[in-house]
Amino acid sequence: MAAILIHAAIPLTIILVYALVAIWGERKIAGFIQDRLGPMRVGGWHGWAQSIADLLKLIQKEDIIPTNASRFLFKFAPFMMFAASYAAFAVIPFSSAYIGSMINIGVFYLLAVTSILTLSVIMAGWASNNKWSLLGGMRSAAQMVSYEVPTIATVLTVVLVAGSLNLMTVTEMQAGNDTLGFLPNWLIFQNPFLIVAFIIFFISILAESHRVPFDLPESESELVGGYQTEYSGMRWAMFMLAEYADMLLLSLLGATLFFGGWNSPFGDFMGGPAWGFFWFMLKGLLLVFVMMWIRWTLPRYRVDQLMHICWNILIPLSFINLVLTALWEVIF
Amino acid sequence: MLNAVKQSWLTFKSIFTGMGVTIRHFFGPSVTLRYPEERMELPKGARARLFVNIDDCIGCNLCARACPVNCIDIETVAATKDVDLGKTSTGNPKRFWLTRFDIDMAKCMYCDLCVHPCPTNCIYMVPEYEYSEYDRSNLVYHFSNLEPEMVAEVKEKAEQEAEQKKREREEMMRKKAEEKAKKELEEKKKADEEATKNEKENGGE
Repeated sequence: MAAILIHAAIPLTIILVYALVAIWGERKIAGFIQDRLGPMRVGGWHGWAQSIADLLKLIQKEDIIPTNASRFLFKFAPFMMFAASYAAFAVIPFSSAYIGSMINIGVFYLLAVTSILTLSVIMAGWASNNKWSLLGGMRSAAQMVSYEVPTIATVLTVVLVAGSLNLMTVTEMQAGNDTLGFLPNWLIFQNPFLIVAFIIFFISILAESHRVPFDLPESESELVGGYQTEYSGMRWAMFMLAEYADMLLLSLLGATLFFGGWNSPFGDFMGGPAWGFFWFMLKGLLLVFVMMWIRWTLPRYRVDQLMHICWNILIPLSFINLVLTALWEVIF
Repeated sequence: MLNAVKQSWLTFKSIFTGMGVTIRHFFGPSVTLRYPEERMELPKGARARLFVNIDDCIGCNLCARACPVNCIDIETVAATKDVDLGKTSTGNPKRFWLTRFDIDMAKCMYCDLCVHPCPTNCIYMVPEYEYSEYDRSNLVYHFSNLEPEMVAEVKEKAEQEAEQKKREREEMMRKKAEEKAKKELEEKKKADEEATKNEKENGGE
């Protein structure tokens, strides 16, 4: 029992601390990119306590439930959304010494559990009884269902090369520095098709975690927040938390699949479980940084463009890539 | 197919160009001025708030007349003979008590037209821009340095002097009138005398 609680608490702590840092970081990055400073006042040094102040503010907010909303679904949706992204952390190997659950179908479990996110978004959109929310929820459902296909296809490419669905095994086989004599044995350096796979995977996870340029479900300027329109206070904060957790989850998955997970880039130097955790989070947070960087660079796509990119470009490309990777594996 | 590859290449190229621009700005300097702690230095000749060096003012009213929105309100009282108000720093003699010199900065439109006519350069703009108020009446700046009792005293004195001058003038007028009347009378007398003389002379013939 105690072991279960500890195993449950570790990813939760990581998510919560990460969310506080990432929300502050996102605002700082936005500020710096726009030649501003971002939050500077709360807490002294560069406004580091801004997220805590925001959290305190959100706790004090009124919890509004619209009269015509479906009460149970409305209240339940944000928690289900967070639960879905939190549950997926169970199979992420944070370091060589720690993984929540050592199951053999880790990748499959992760993809299955994150699909619940779509359901909770539709739940929130439908239960709000508001046209903006419904439109946002529908857009989100269409987007997530579509982009799950290229994500799965690229993950399958990696699984094909690695030969395992267990993320710990996938990470372990990326240890060492033998590629071309000096590069780490990370899967992205293993064959050229995996680079293409990573690009497709990255574009898809941008769409999966509702980041710009694919943030159509919430699109502030068009749908006034999409499925979040009717939410306030802590329920809204749960949505934001789930979104940031999802972002971290998919970035960490990307780091595990393509960038060697907790393996140090210098072979045995700076290895070990603690350094492993450091390297893993560093890789994940770098991907998160690139996502934020893209957010403050690119404008939002239209819905038809979004669908065009997914169905006409990414899905054919990812399947061709899968076949070519299989051929590469047979030949070499 | 070739076109699709070309399009994709252009797309990626534009995305990376954009990301290059944003990362340059990310590491570049920020333009934010953290206002209460840091302040921008105002350019030379900035028009922020009117100020009157009341010691140099001669009460000529030129600024009030130049003001297009009538935001300058001046009341002057002529100095009595027994006081010498001295000279301004530019050497002009001061002849008026400035019992009121109010500028309503709520009305002012910062046109600078009042500054140029001033013969002693005593009204000018100062680089002081933090003077917001909760009540509009607080934006009226009083530059006169006379105490209310002083104002009353000065006014009374001036009135008395004016009264006296009026009386003196009336006296003078009366004297003049009297003199004139006397003169006329004398002339009349003279004329009469001459007339009688002539009559006598004529009658004696």
